[in-house]
Amino acid sequence: MNELDQLYQQVILDHAKRRVGSPLVEPAAAAQGESHQHNPICGDQIRVRVGLDEQNVFTSVSWEGEGCSISMASASVLSEMLPGMGRDQFLTTLDAFREMMRSKGTATPDEEVLEDAAAFVGVSKFPARVKCAMLAWVAAEAAMFGASS
Amino acid sequence: MTSVTGHADTQHPLSSSEVARIKADFEILEHPINGTDLVYLDSGATSQKPRCVYEAEQHYYETANAAVHRGAHSLAVEATELFEQARETVASFIGARSNEVVWTSNATEALNLISYSLSNASAGLGGSAAERFRLTRGDEILVTELEHHANLIPWQELAFRTGATLRYVPVTEDGALRYDLLDELVTESTKLIAFTHVSNVLGTITDVERFVQAARRVGALTVLDGCQSVPHLPVDVKALDIDFMAFSGHKMLGPTGIGALYGRAELLDAMPPFLTGGSMITVVDMEHAEYLPSPQRFEAGTQRIAQAHSLATAASYLDEIGMERIAAWEEHLGTLLLEGLSQLDGVRVFGPTDAPRIGTVPFEVMGVHPHDVGQYLDSRGIAVRVGHHCAQPLHRALGVTATTRASTYLYNTEEDVAALIAAVGSVREYFGV
Ligand SMILES: Cc1ncc(COP(=O)(O)O)c(C=O)c1O
Repeated sequence: MNELDQLYQQVILDHAKRRVGSPLVEPAAAAQGESHQHNPICGDQIRVRVGLDEQNVFTSVSWEGEGCSISMASASVLSEMLPGMGRDQFLTTLDAFREMMRSKGTATPDEEVLEDAAAFVGVSKFPARVKCAMLAWVAAEAAMFGASS
Repeated sequence: MTSVTGHADTQHPLSSSEVARIKADFEILEHPINGTDLVYLDSGATSQKPRCVYEAEQHYYETANAAVHRGAHSLAVEATELFEQARETVASFIGARSNEVVWTSNATEALNLISYSLSNASAGLGGSAAERFRLTRGDEILVTELEHHANLIPWQELAFRTGATLRYVPVTEDGALRYDLLDELVTESTKLIAFTHVSNVLGTITDVERFVQAARRVGALTVLDGCQSVPHLPVDVKALDIDFMAFSGHKMLGPTGIGALYGRAELLDAMPPFLTGGSMITVVDMEHAEYLPSPQRFEAGTQRIAQAHSLATAASYLDEIGMERIAAWEEHLGTLLLEGLSQLDGVRVFGPTDAPRIGTVPFEVMGVHPHDVGQYLDSRGIAVRVGHHCAQPLHRALGVTATTRASTYLYNTEEDVAALIAAVGSVREYFGV
């Protein structure tokens, strides 16, 4: 696969179209939070809303946004992964994702941890696109930390 | 001065073979990108540099480097001479006198210089000579909706600092300036009109005369953003009859780190300075300082001497080829771009169809985000710019958050344009839309 095809893996192109978790919904959860993130370089933006139960397990993730296929696919993949995940497990997964994004293409992603998000490894070769892939994750993290009942 | 091109036949239009020879002066264009030939269509952001430009800078450091306007040794004299010669060359390139050109870091700094000088005047500095630069509550600053942020935010800030009101000439949904509203928008309260000569997004050329006439009617100052015109069109500030103009060296084959402000001499000499310190004073005591006339008045501290020399070399290079011929070549490329892109399925070109343009064309590939378009083109060795191009209000008016922009220069060939059009034609298939 050439670098472009590694960047735009089929999983990514599919998710960019399917947009799992979009549009926003009102979560019926013990605690909920929301975060709006913006990529000033290209104007991509996303609003992520999360719901957590009393055990700090994600019960719902939804989002709306506008942006390139990488940022939209990343939000979609995250929305598929998050429900059922505990807060700590999310933070571990986020660390793994972030580390992969910083690897400049050298990481071998742990698919056990990252599941479909491992497909974004190709993005790490394109420093200008890392922010696109991170946008939804950063928003989910901020929404989680800001969540209240 | 190190010279330059040998493309001296200034009568005939540029031919493809002449452009090929010009292109050979640009080392970087010969280096493959991503395994293919580089097709550089991002000169609107910054231009590439011919060898003579960076050789001039090197030559300066090897033979003439010293501080200017001070010291009596031979190198200092030589450096001062080159520095002032550079000013003369660049001034004559835009039809100005040399005391009317102030060096700045870039166009952004030049525009901020005016904005801050005016707020200094508004705070009472500069005495009675600076009266006409004072802004206060009730006064108005007029800009346009087309502007690059560099020609918008300094005026927003000036309005905040002085209590003046910022108004703007809107654009139609195609991005055409609403000249029909000028008469209504320019009133006795209008003190300054800042507008771009060429839109950095749409490539459209502004009818400067209409703005200048409206300004003259009420005695408002005019500030022209020449960033996208000075590199691509013959520009004569006296013929345009504007008061100020800002432009950047790096977009006109020159080095980074230098730009210039043109101002009518009588205005520059009356305006209070923005940056203060060494090299811009006559007499200093512990309480006061007196300032030199323009341009030194606005050039505090050690200046960009090597860069000025190198920028002047760029201006001479352009001059030798001839700005008329460069403009005509780029108009030709712009037409090819417009026609070629408009004919592609699922591609929309932005901008009014009837306005004159330079070789800058923004477009959208339906269903594919500009970032993805740019990435795909890059994999084919084609460099374009994607995003809002520092013009968010204009993009909002066009109803999009981002566009893909191809912009040409004198070194672009018809083959470059054809390569872009072919590649854009295969974007949708790649992304499966
Ligand atoms: C129309 C216009 N104005 C102002 C600027 C700012 O130029 P610089 O960043 O060199 O100061 C640019 C460059 O991007 C431009 O295209």
